[in-house]
Parts: sequence; C-alpha cells; structure tokens
Amino acid sequence: MNTLRQFSVLPGFGLSLGYTLVYLSLIVLVPISAVFIFTSQLSLSEYWQVVTSPRVMASYQLSFGTSFLAAGINAVFGVLLAWCLVRYSFPGKRIVDALIDLPFALPTAVAGIALTALYAQNGWLGQIIEGYFGIKVAFTPIGILIALVFIGLPFVVRTVQPVLEEIDTELEEAASSLGASRWQACRYVVLPVLLPAIMTGFALAFARAVGEYGSVIFIAGNIPMVSEITPLMIISKLEQYDYTGATAIASVMLIVSFILLLLINLLQSWTAKQTGRNA
Amino acid sequence: MSINVKNIHKQFGEFTALDDISLDFPSGELVALLGPSGCGKTTLLRIIAGLEQADQGDIILDGENASNTHVRDRQVGFVFQHYALFKHMTIFDNVAFGLRMKPKAQRPSESKIREKVFSLLQLVQLDWLADRFPAQLSGGQRQRIALARALAVEPRVLLLDEPFGALDAKVRKELRRWLRKLHDELHITSIFVTHDQEEALEVADRVVLMDHGKVEQVGTPEAVYNHPQTPFVYSFLGSVNVFHGRAEQEHLQVGNEQLRHHNDSYGHSKDVFAFARPHEIKIVDNNHHEGVSARISRVLSFGIETKVELDGLNGTHYEVHLSQQQRQAQSLYIGQEVKLVPSALALFPRELETSAQAQRLSEQQG
Repeated sequence: MNTLRQFSVLPGFGLSLGYTLVYLSLIVLVPISAVFIFTSQLSLSEYWQVVTSPRVMASYQLSFGTSFLAAGINAVFGVLLAWCLVRYSFPGKRIVDALIDLPFALPTAVAGIALTALYAQNGWLGQIIEGYFGIKVAFTPIGILIALVFIGLPFVVRTVQPVLEEIDTELEEAASSLGASRWQACRYVVLPVLLPAIMTGFALAFARAVGEYGSVIFIAGNIPMVSEITPLMIISKLEQYDYTGATAIASVMLIVSFILLLLINLLQSWTAKQTGRNA
Repeated sequence: MSINVKNIHKQFGEFTALDDISLDFPSGELVALLGPSGCGKTTLLRIIAGLEQADQGDIILDGENASNTHVRDRQVGFVFQHYALFKHMTIFDNVAFGLRMKPKAQRPSESKIREKVFSLLQLVQLDWLADRFPAQLSGGQRQRIALARALAVEPRVLLLDEPFGALDAKVRKELRRWLRKLHDELHITSIFVTHDQEEALEVADRVVLMDHGKVEQVGTPEAVYNHPQTPFVYSFLGSVNVFHGRAEQEHLQVGNEQLRHHNDSYGHSKDVFAFARPHEIKIVDNNHHEGVSARISRVLSFGIETKVELDGLNGTHYEVHLSQQQRQAQSLYIGQEVKLVPSALALFPRELETSAQAQRLSEQQG
C-alpha cells in the first residue's frame, strides 16, 4: 500500500477514489448486477431456452446488425459533417452546428413518430421511395436503420469535431508540398489522427443504438422474426409479467454490448500504440 | 534553380501584406528575408511555395511561370517553423513520406526508399532515431528531420519559414551554423525567413530587408550592415542611436545643441534623422562646446567592450560602446552629466518618412 500513501501534489486521492467507486456502484454496478441476480432465478436450461428462442435470436441479429450498420454510416457522414463545420465558414454555420444536437434533445418517441409519418407508404418520402425504387422503408429493418442513424449522428460529430479543430492545416500543407495529392493528404495525414476519435464516436453511437427503444418502435412495425428489436422483446416479456425472462434477455444484451465495447476499446489502444501516441 | 518574383501584390482585407514586390533569387544562393513581424516576409515565402495565391504578379521558377502551378507540382521543399512533422509516423516514415506519395510509375522501390531515407538521416546526423516518433525528439532534432523530409523529394528550391524560431538560443546558434554548412554542400537555392537580424547576417549570402510589405534593401550582409540605405534598415540592423534635428551647412542642430556632420548634400535647413552606431560615439565632458547632453544611467563593463547607457534630455535613450582602453582613460560613473559626440552621422531627410515609420523610430528610441 506504500504507493497510495506517497506524498502527492494532488492530494485527496483516497477520498476521490472512494467517492468514484461508491458512485459508480450505486449508479451503474448495482442495477446491472440486479439484472444478473434476477436472471439467476432461472435454471441454466430454462435460461438457455429463453435467450435462444427463434424470435429472440432474430431480434439479436436485427438489433446488433442494424446498430452496427447505423454506427458505421454515422462514422462516415458524421466525419464529413464535422469536417464541413470545422474547415469551412458559411452563412448559418452556427445554426447547423446547433441542429446537430437536436437528436439528443428530441424525445425519442417524437422522432419515431415523425420518421414513421415521413417514411410510411403514404408519407412524403415513403411515397417517393416506394414509387420510384420499390423499396419499403417504414415497418422494415431499413426503417429501423434510419431511426438509429438519426439518433446516433451527434455522437460521431461531437467526438470528431474537437480533434479535427486541433489538427494544424500546416500538416496538410506539408503533405502537399511533399507532392501528396489532396486524397493522399487526407488518407495518410488527417485520417490516422482522427481515427481514435472516429472509433470513440462509433462506439458511442453503437451503444446508443443497441439500447434505443422509443424512436425505433414506431417505424419498425414490430413484425415477429422481421422487425422486432431486442428491447421490444424485453418489453413484451414484461407485459406478460415474465420478469425473469425479460432480465434473461437483458443479460445477453449486456454481455454482448460489453464484449463489443471492450473490443472497440482494445482496437483503439492498439491503433494508438501503432501510431506512437502512447510513446 | 533561380526564382524570380515579379510585381507581387497581396491584400488581406484592408491590410496590404505585399505591395508590388519584385525580387530575383539567383541559383544556388542562400537568401534571408528579414523584417519585423507583420512585414509580409512569410506571406512572400508562402506565395513562392504556392501555399498562398498572390492577387497580382508572377512567380517564375527556373524561367517558367509557376504562378498557377499547384504546390505539389512546384518541387519546392518547405520547412515550417513548428516542424509540421506527422506525429503518427516514425521518423523513417516521415522522411519517406514524399517518396511514397509519388505516382506508382515514378515511385522508387521500398529498398531504394530505405537507402535514400537513411542517407538523408545520415546527412542530418540523426540516423539512430529512425524508429522513434516525433514526440520523442527535441526541437532541434525535429527541425533537422523536417529538413531531411523536405530534401527527400529532391526539391529545386528550399524554403524555410522561421526555421529556428521555436528553438532556444544555444540550439538555434548550432543549427544556424549547421544549415550554412549543409547549404555549402548541397548548393540548393534556398530562402529563409527570419526576424532575427543576427541570424540573417550570419547565415545568408544575401539579405532582403522588408518592412510594411515593401522591400527596403537587398544586399550582402556586409553591404546592408555597413551601408544602410533607409532609416528602417539603419535602425533594424544592430543597435543605433537616433538624433532628431535640423541639418545646416556644417552642423546638425539638435535642440539647443550642435553636432558636426560631414555630409555636403544638406545645404539648407532640413529636418532629418541622424543615425550613429554605439561605437561611433565618444563621451566627453559636459563643458565641451559641441555635443548632445546626456546622463549616464548604467555602465556594463563585461566582455570586450564596455556598454554605457545614457538618458537624454527629453526622454531619449542612448547606447555607447567603448573599448576597454577608452574606458580606462575616462572616469565614468552613474548619474554623471556628459556630452555625446558622434564621429560619424548618417542623415536621412525626415519628410520622406511616413508618419508611421517616424513614430516607430521614436518608439524604438524611447
């Protein structure tokens, strides 16, 4: 324990660590462990039956698949948006900047209803898309994807933006004076610096999308085996007073989400090491 | 390769950064662009590099008009004040960057690149740092790597923007000497920007002095130091004493006092600035019939010369350098009332000056 008792110019280590641990336990760890305690009322075979029933399996695939895809789409277009906001000045820039946070602020149910109205068969966009391309958006996985892209966008923009602001344009000037094309300068000079921030934004958008309920539930249509997301499965179990079943599915979501986020974190520290940031 | 700058004009909003600049940089020379901050020297360098577009005028590289050539096709090496090294790449990858970015047809093989990078790292004497990242290097080392990186693509011209500006005094001096040696080996046409007159005079073959977007004087370090052509050059290069006065046939009237001058071209009464270097002034007793009154405020006698600082009557400030013999022949003490007699005076008519320049001169003096 010697290391903890050493003199430090930043006193209060014990107090702040204790506070952090208590706070984290109360707010995060206790509720989450409650999920597992509830779940443990089931026997292992019962548990397995609940979490691998075909409808639930289909919902995992849908939830994690669309979330991953939505986070990916947000990573690409969020970077573009951040780029525009940082690098160029144009009239109404402040308004655009404020608009980006709107998905944060809007009640998700409102977003869901608005999106459904837009993309439904008789909605403005739904009519056009179905009329010209023959693609149904609302009440299909595509609709879910759109809702998840909508709510995840601010995460990527807001994590990439400050990092992009830090990048000196001198670096790109240096690259082009060395003969690099615009594309090469972006690919080899800007992107590697942005990558950790993009990955953080991706992880946040993904985590948010996996847990999203309100905005998805209207546009999804909730057709069994087609457009039922996992949170909906949990809610429907709750509505049948099957609390242990609900927590069983929740525990699977928790474990998978945790593993995925851990993987993204590891990938991030690996790239950081590759690029000398930790050196 | 020669560089010709023709009638370059550059405006930033209301501010004129460069006002009709024309300059010739002959092949193989190391030229310094010297001036105070905001004089337009960096803007000129960036326009030559193609990092900035001039509003008017042309940049001729090797006889070819390059005004509309993109920076990546100009084959200029550019070194930034803050190095602009790619932080996420090793030193090796930084230096190899330019070679690896070449189009496939011109790109050398990876083994050729390796060879080239190591020969450049040896040239800057840092080959043992190839695997490090820029964050692990000192400022001086980083700037040498930045130079190696710029040289890797075999530029026709080397442009350096305040290359030593971010370094401490000792490293700066070392690198200065090293840059000069490197230039003597490579003979690549080089232009470097600096606000440090000592640096410009010591390193460059020729010095271009700039102020307020205009070229004030061009010449060898000796020429610009010994024969300044404008009051700005006089006051910018080295320390100098200024006397405001009226030139008559034989003498200069400064307030109620007189100084002799040896310039016949000032026949009539004319308002002038008169300049004298610190070693061109003698200190005499205050009962001497000629000279400007002053009071000694500090005597610094270390080194080869003794520095005497004096306060004039109306808040002006003078500096006189005496050799140790002169110092010993004279008793000087703080608070002593003396007179200053310049042995040489350079006169510049005052009406030629813009009010801004005159104001700055009196600020420097005060």
